[in-house]
Amino acid sequence: MNQSEWPLWEVFIRSKQGLDHKHVGSLHAADATMAVQNARDVYTRRLEGVSIWVVESKHIHASNPDDSEAFFDPAADKVYRHPTFYEVPDSIKHM
Amino acid sequence: METLEKVLTPEEQFQARIDADVRIEPKDWMPDAYRKTLIRQISQHAHSELVGMLPEGNWITRAPSLKRKSILLAKVQDEAGHGLYLYSAAETLGTTRDQMLADLHSGKAKYSSIFNYPTLSWADMGCVGWLVDGAAILNQVPLCRTSYGPYARAMVRVCKEESFHQRQGFEVMQTLCEGAPVQKEMAQEALNRWWWPTLMMFGPKDADSPNTAQSMNWRIKRFTNDELRQKFVDMMVPQAEFLGLTVPDPAVKWNEERQAYDFGEVNWDEFWAVVKGNGLCNHERLQARVQAHEDGAWVREAANAHAAKRAAREAVAA
Ligand SMILES: [Fe+2]
Ligand SMILES: [Fe+2]
Repeated sequence: MNQSEWPLWEVFIRSKQGLDHKHVGSLHAADATMAVQNARDVYTRRLEGVSIWVVESKHIHASNPDDSEAFFDPAADKVYRHPTFYEVPDSIKHM
Repeated sequence: METLEKVLTPEEQFQARIDADVRIEPKDWMPDAYRKTLIRQISQHAHSELVGMLPEGNWITRAPSLKRKSILLAKVQDEAGHGLYLYSAAETLGTTRDQMLADLHSGKAKYSSIFNYPTLSWADMGCVGWLVDGAAILNQVPLCRTSYGPYARAMVRVCKEESFHQRQGFEVMQTLCEGAPVQKEMAQEALNRWWWPTLMMFGPKDADSPNTAQSMNWRIKRFTNDELRQKFVDMMVPQAEFLGLTVPDPAVKWNEERQAYDFGEVNWDEFWAVVKGNGLCNHERLQARVQAHEDGAWVREAANAHAAKRAAREAVAA
């Protein structure tokens, strides 16, 4: 029965010029053309987008949530990467 | 500095995240029971969107004007989209679309009983939008904050589209109520038919809903059935009054002390009978659904064949 199921695609939509494409959901389609058309019909019925990307779900590689603590750990102790780490004298403007 | 921390079991860590309102995402660890309960809940919800198209689809060709027909078409199309959002959310938990549809078609999976009632007149289109979508909204808005990320995001999308559904239904009712006496009578009859089944949409009484406590703990349910039913009555009675219609329940009365409406008891025998498959349209709805799926089989196969042919041609060209 499962062979009949069309592949799964992830859908990304640019809501207006100048903004990033954002993940909005997924759908099944036989091929990329159909995936784009179906994405238009399901995810942009109210002018939610000006551009659509589709990627077959099997091509997406992700970080592993079980490792996320160790994986993102290098960024955890570097407060000096943020401007708020630095004290600017009150009399200094425009910084 | 070392602190003495009690080692938490995976279940305890999971519950702690939920208690802290941290969303659970597809690849995160989750208890089996959470996964199973969610698959059942989300797929049932998806099935309801899908089957829910049938009673309204019944009126598309007979809508009283081109405007009403366009609106109804748009609404039914939205419901198909809602089904898709929800099936997709359920699929992230490890089930497949084919499996869910097979369960729906075999009768193993349930969908909302409300769609097992017939839509006899045009006024029923008003009542479905106004009451049924109104009840659905009450159910769905709190689910925008549910603990499972993909489900919550699907619900945000659904809720954005849902409010037009209720407004167009109310407008149908209002137009009928401001029309000829026979039209108003039609509106009242539809309300008489739909009021009680809509109250049943919130499910059994809290006392008969043993899974509510666990679901509330997991934040996949945020209000109890009785709480939502009360909210619905409080919301709808004044709207019916505005329309000049009477809710078919002589027990409906404002309770000053509770700051809420008292109302009568739902006919629970009818509720369970419809849930068990003995409603007016259970058979017809399932048959229509299976028929549509079977009639579409050649389209699905043809699209697969076309995609394979195109992929082969592109492989040669490359
Ligand atoms: Fe819906
Ligand atoms: Fe709706």
